[in-house]
Amino acid sequence: MIIDNFILLSILIPLVGSFLIALTGRWENVRESVTLITSCSLFGVVISAGSAVMAKEKITATLATIMPNITISFDVEPLGYLFACLASFLWIVTSIYSIGYMRGHHEKNQTRFYTCFALAIMGVMGLCFSSNLLTLFLFYEAITLCTYPLVTHSGTEEAKRAGRTYLGVLLATSMVFQLPAIIWTWVAAGTIDFTAGGVLNGHVSTGLGSILLLLFVFGVGKAALMPFHRWLPAAMVAPTPVSALLHAVAVVKAGVFSVLKIAIYIFGIDFLGLLEAHTWLIYAAGFTILIGSLVAMRQDNLKRRLAYSTISQLSYIVLGAMLATKAGILGGGMHMITHAFGKITLFFGAGAIMVASHKTEISQMKGIGRAMPWTLGAFLIGSLSIIGLPPFGGAWSKWFLCMGALDSGQLIMVAVLMISSILNVAYLIPIVVQGFFSELDVKEHHAHGEAPAFCVAAQVITAAGCLGLFLYPEPVYQLLKIIEM
Amino acid sequence: MLLSHLPALQVVLPLIAAPICLVLHHARLAWAWAMLISWSAFGIALSLLNRVLSEGVISYHIGKWAPPWGIEYRLDEASVFMLVLVTTIGVVVTTFAKESVEKEIVKEKIHLFYTCYLLCFAGLLGMSITGDVFNIFVFLEISSLSAYALISMSDDRRALTASFRYLVMGTVGATFYIIGVGLIYMATGSLNIADLAVKLPAVADTQTVRAALAFLIVGLSLKLALFPLHSWLPNAYAYAPSAVSAFIAATATKVAVYVMLRVIFTIFGVSYVFGTMNLGPAILSLAIMGMFAASAMAISQKNVKRLLAYSSIAQIGYIMLGISFATVTGLSGGIVHLFNHALIKCCLFMVMGCVFFRINSTDIKDMAGLGKRMPFTMAAFVIGGLSLIGVPSTVGFISKWYLMQAAFEAGSWVIAIMIPLSSLLAVVYIWRVVEVAYFSPSPDGETAIKEAPVSMQIPIWVMVAGIFYFGINAEFTLDVARRAAESLLGGIVL
Amino acid sequence: MSSLGLYNYWVVVVLMMSGLYIVVAHGNLVKKLIGLNVFQASVFMMYISMGKVAGGTAPILDESIKVYSNPLPHVLILTGIVVGVATTAVGAALIVRIKRAYGTIEEYEIEKHEIEEEETNAAEGLTCF
Repeated sequence: MIIDNFILLSILIPLVGSFLIALTGRWENVRESVTLITSCSLFGVVISAGSAVMAKEKITATLATIMPNITISFDVEPLGYLFACLASFLWIVTSIYSIGYMRGHHEKNQTRFYTCFALAIMGVMGLCFSSNLLTLFLFYEAITLCTYPLVTHSGTEEAKRAGRTYLGVLLATSMVFQLPAIIWTWVAAGTIDFTAGGVLNGHVSTGLGSILLLLFVFGVGKAALMPFHRWLPAAMVAPTPVSALLHAVAVVKAGVFSVLKIAIYIFGIDFLGLLEAHTWLIYAAGFTILIGSLVAMRQDNLKRRLAYSTISQLSYIVLGAMLATKAGILGGGMHMITHAFGKITLFFGAGAIMVASHKTEISQMKGIGRAMPWTLGAFLIGSLSIIGLPPFGGAWSKWFLCMGALDSGQLIMVAVLMISSILNVAYLIPIVVQGFFSELDVKEHHAHGEAPAFCVAAQVITAAGCLGLFLYPEPVYQLLKIIEM
Repeated sequence: MLLSHLPALQVVLPLIAAPICLVLHHARLAWAWAMLISWSAFGIALSLLNRVLSEGVISYHIGKWAPPWGIEYRLDEASVFMLVLVTTIGVVVTTFAKESVEKEIVKEKIHLFYTCYLLCFAGLLGMSITGDVFNIFVFLEISSLSAYALISMSDDRRALTASFRYLVMGTVGATFYIIGVGLIYMATGSLNIADLAVKLPAVADTQTVRAALAFLIVGLSLKLALFPLHSWLPNAYAYAPSAVSAFIAATATKVAVYVMLRVIFTIFGVSYVFGTMNLGPAILSLAIMGMFAASAMAISQKNVKRLLAYSSIAQIGYIMLGISFATVTGLSGGIVHLFNHALIKCCLFMVMGCVFFRINSTDIKDMAGLGKRMPFTMAAFVIGGLSLIGVPSTVGFISKWYLMQAAFEAGSWVIAIMIPLSSLLAVVYIWRVVEVAYFSPSPDGETAIKEAPVSMQIPIWVMVAGIFYFGINAEFTLDVARRAAESLLGGIVL
Repeated sequence: MSSLGLYNYWVVVVLMMSGLYIVVAHGNLVKKLIGLNVFQASVFMMYISMGKVAGGTAPILDESIKVYSNPLPHVLILTGIVVGVATTAVGAALIVRIKRAYGTIEEYEIEKHEIEEEETNAAEGLTCF
């Protein structure tokens, strides 16, 4: 019963949840319990289908026929399922964190916040299970629009300006590049369904294929490939839980997930490898990896530094997709998961520091580790995982990405990955070092302690996740291995 | 017996109802009467649609005079599509009008309002249904004259000058049209559309016919506000009473587009207009210029109704773009957008009616904090706006998809990219309003909810439901549009 | 012969152009309306001329009448004249109301009033945009 309708349920639960949240907005505790219950039941539903997915059972659902032969329909494939598990699990953690953060920070309009949050998760679920490009596009845009109110949450002039950049870049890229690419695919290939092995091969020349690939990859603005990355730092004006779940996990991963999915199921890795453009995109991704890291080093605002770090890390995944090898895809998929756990931990840390000490700039955070050992400890673990050091999850994904690069003979990219790791060390570790070992600022009168308990709990969970992914990567690995390419 | 006369009733009913409305001389009574008439017209249109879809073309001879001498009412997919569109909008706007009109128009004049409204309604229906080019002119003037009167009923004195400007431009347009009709009559001796389609090819290569085409196209372009002949439109829409803006924006220009379709595809034929005369590139470039220029002008507007009016001109550009491809996909894209845009604009102008109802203004600056004070109304605005932008799952997306598909099929990917590019301008002008309504605090700090009356909310949400329904399940509209496009492109099958 | 023989059409063209010119060039609303009338009158002439057959009489069913003019355009233009009258009436009514509301029927003065109105509105709302 649950298995049969599991796709529709997983879209419906957050939708219903958002309505209930809007209705119960007046009573804080009820509202937040609803959020927690919704997120837990969503995760429960998603996880319950695990064995069916592993057994490669066909689970499909069709919602509507929009135009002749073009439907809104869903199916379950390993990559999407993995992303759904990730997003729904981290939603629970983020909900716990939000309670501490939003109350501790005395944010206004909290009901709107939780409602839009749930709607954004609905968009992510739809995206995960979409079985054709149109459905993907539909939920892609839904995510953009549902997260816009979260970015402009504070309503200040700065937030409004950031909202404009956010909406402008994401809508512009998706409408001007992605949508024409979808329609072009439809006209050329006669189908936009995700099919194992791709649909374009044999229908378009390699020249047109290259153009389409460029349109698709740049059209997925959420993947933040330079030069379409500006929205991500802009989105950092949002409350930290938004930055943590949406702008380190759900939204940006929706972008790279779309890239992976398009690469695997629309182009097919064989055809992809034939295209001129895939080499250009490998270099574009490499460029973004290095420049993103370099820019991150120059940021003093902690959230902005993390944002640029995200931009750089997202390109790892784009790189993985564009390598057009099995190991590359595997590495990209892995990195989607490991980076999510690592980065969310870092953002939780940034938010916790903000709530407890009202500090946003790294230069102010000297000695903060003494007051907030748990927060900074988790931050250290997250950093190490991002850098890719064992015993944390990030090590696996970087390993596979390097393998993929070697497989396709891109030795330069192996070097890029190595250099980037060193840069990661350079912009993440000093924060921890000065946090623990520098003296507290003498001018500091206002003493503060650890962040609210809800915040700390969330950080511990995700930090533990980083460790867990190193020790037990098997489920993730197995899921990625059964992708039909 | 009565059933066979439905085509005549479709027009005659509102036409006769109008003077009765004048006699009623009572505000509420007049409204109830208009309501009754628009519902019956809606019913008639639906049953005609049903008949045309199942039995094919209906030809009705007025007074039993056989065409081409007598006047023929001819119903094929395209015309019945227009009937359904106009009557649907009619029903919705009449429901909406009750409260809105009572607020905006002095009580003694309300029955006059509904008289003009019914006349305008009758004129638009007549234009859609008739198969006689001169008859089109008569109905065109019936609808236009009553529209001028309707616009001038607003409190705002700028509505008077707007209406006068519309009158001058509209009359020039209609007169151009009638000159064109005269010229083709000189060449063929016929006024019946189907008959003309047969007779014109023989004389097509004459100066007279070429001049006729030019006069007809220019005249109709004025009526449908094709850029750059749009100057009458912004003020007329902006200062008219809200119900009138909603009604006219959704129907008047659309019916003019329909007449244009008839002239281009049925009378002259696609090979003559797009082949021999090669008007395609001209229409295409005007359409694209309109899409960008009018959207850009919309961005700088202070008044939301004016903003929407400029956006209408841009949307006309989309419709004409679809037509200029002269392919089945392009034409059905244009026709579908005609329908979709009518839904969207009707919804948005009604929203502005609600806003005006509560805050007595439709200026952007006065809308601060409205998202909290009128949550339902503004939610409808956001949905309508998103549809205008072309977000998937709304009707706007369907039209854009089809237009882009047509562009790709025609091999012109540059034009295909132009379509979403100009939608980005729509994002800007819609978001200017959204930002103020949702993220600026109300000037007087007031946050109490003061929604518009339910009778104004219902029609809005009916339109919103339509926007979603036909956006998610467009098979029906696309099917009708495709059949209409095929019948237009294939010429008339006698 | 050929060019002079069509002299009604020359009149039509002259009337049409002068009518349009008046509509475009004159700022006085009444003059605009008159221009519109002249413009429409040219079309009436065109229709009447096109139906006329040289030497023909009115179409009366009588054996003595062999050649008669085409009555249809004449009938059509009766409708056209009615429409023209109605348009003039609506236009004139509008002008009366414009005169009451603005105190003038000169276009540039009306525009001046409207611009002033805009500016006062804009001045009130500077805080927002």
